[in-house]
Amino acid sequence: MSSKNRILNPDKWVSLHADYLYNYTISRVNNHDLAKDLVQETFFAALKSMDNFQGKASERTWLISILKRKIIDYYRKINSAKGKAEVSMNFYTDGENEGDWIEERAPTDWNAEIEKSIENEELSKTLENCINQLPEKYAIVFRMKTIQQFDTEDICKELEITASNLWVIIHRARTQLRKCMEENWFKK
Amino acid sequence: MKLTCDQATTICDKSQYNEASFFEKLKLSLHLFLCKKCGKYAKQNSIMTQCYNRKRINDCSKNQCLCDEEKKIMEKNLYKKL
Repeated sequence: MSSKNRILNPDKWVSLHADYLYNYTISRVNNHDLAKDLVQETFFAALKSMDNFQGKASERTWLISILKRKIIDYYRKINSAKGKAEVSMNFYTDGENEGDWIEERAPTDWNAEIEKSIENEELSKTLENCINQLPEKYAIVFRMKTIQQFDTEDICKELEITASNLWVIIHRARTQLRKCMEENWFKK
Repeated sequence: MKLTCDQATTICDKSQYNEASFFEKLKLSLHLFLCKKCGKYAKQNSIMTQCYNRKRINDCSKNQCLCDEEKKIMEKNLYKKL
């Protein structure tokens, strides 16, 4: 490892890495201001821990590793007791009906003609609104898995959750989205 | 062998990503054979998957980025700490 690899250039960080870090973040959190803040915080944290940079990885890789930590911290925060927003229940959670559909949440028939309108741009907008109504932890995991198409394993590693945890989140998100689209699109 | 509707639809969702195991799919088919509501869910679920795919394609063509102004502010903030 040559010695020049161990030199960091904080004055060039924004011009060299801001776009890359931003793109990495936006694909995960899907919120411009939040992504921007996380990138800024990453630069601050990097500045503080410059002494720990050993030059084993490139400057960018090192910055990404700090950013990943920031994203996990953020995910933890929204998943903590304080920020715990839940999706509506779709199934009974106890009693003799446990696991059965709650009647008014169960799927009902859709307008067959609208089913064929998937190409419609309005549909994507309606869907976007429905996704935005999900509690944030559900939206993040759902987007990473479905829109960004990350591997299950990668999402679990990045967000420090288990695979069964991930599938419960995906299931709840999709059940909620089905209901939301039923009300706002397929029944209209 | 018997699944609740909650478990059945979880497997149904998993199978939309081709990640349900053979045994899971077997249990799901059995449940779908007997349960109308989940049958409807399964049918609508594949339509939802098509919607998500459509949305994914739309999203990918949208290019989100930081504008120069925002980068300048970011740089300024960083310089303050240097």
